[in-house]
Amino acid sequence: MARRWQWFHRLGSPPGFYRASGYWLPWLAVAAALLLGVGLVWGLVYAPPDARQGNSFRIIYIHVPVSFLALAGYYVMAVAGAVHLIWRMKLADMVMTAAAPLGAALTFVALFSGAVWGKPTWGTYWVWDARITSMLVLLFLYLGVVALRQGFSNQEAAGRACAVLALVGTVNIPIIYKSVDWWYSLHQPATIRLTAAPSMHPDMFKPLLVMILGLYVFYALVLILNTRAEILARERRTGWVRELAMGRNQD
Amino acid sequence: MNPQFHGVAEFLAMGGHGPYVWSAYGVALVVLVWLVVQPLRRHAAILKAVRRAGAREQKH
Repeated sequence: MARRWQWFHRLGSPPGFYRASGYWLPWLAVAAALLLGVGLVWGLVYAPPDARQGNSFRIIYIHVPVSFLALAGYYVMAVAGAVHLIWRMKLADMVMTAAAPLGAALTFVALFSGAVWGKPTWGTYWVWDARITSMLVLLFLYLGVVALRQGFSNQEAAGRACAVLALVGTVNIPIIYKSVDWWYSLHQPATIRLTAAPSMHPDMFKPLLVMILGLYVFYALVLILNTRAEILARERRTGWVRELAMGRNQD
Repeated sequence: MNPQFHGVAEFLAMGGHGPYVWSAYGVALVVLVWLVVQPLRRHAAILKAVRRAGAREQKH
């Protein structure tokens, strides 16, 4: 029993995670580059144009994957916050810190790509529509967590406050998902549903799947990079970071 | 599966939707690259600072 959990404790400690994740990075980087490269060329060059939207529809290959991860990233942040609140796990607090600016950046790209897609499709960059407004709230929640963290000098108190804010903010997530069904909205309903076949031709849908998968891997890569930097920043006065820094001259 | 465009100019024009398509992809590219570069630079800067602090200590 004790042996079986050793790997978990090792991975749950910041230096343990730092060491283990170092081996994952090259694989994640290669996988993300391959998936995103293939998905981009497939979506931009080979997928057939939409019958009504023409080629502006190709924005879907960046808009939908980025929006997916902007939402999924909020779960990562909120769950990490909860783990930190409940079990006082330092690594979880570091992951939460790493996830906040990453989520904000992805939400910004989702909003921007949506706006420039809206112009040729709906005739406007922006409407105060349920889906779009709730995505804007998501951006503010991410930015709120970033700002709240910086407002505290005490790391421990900052972690708890951010975790509470992140958890309260999860109320917004089902609203975003359901907004296109609950309210009359310019935004089209979900293209991909777990319970039904996608409302899209397979030739258009397959590159989208590749891009979504690629963005998941990209998210994991960047989350780990951010977490590793955060670990070093917080543990810079400990022996293992000093050894790490002195051990190599190039970096 | 065939390419949907004949030549680079047609590809860039995107049937008149070029500015929309390319601004969406351009902004996404800049942000995604920044997301990778920023933690790498922070990581390197911290190690450098720790190394410098260590070197100072050894002199004393």
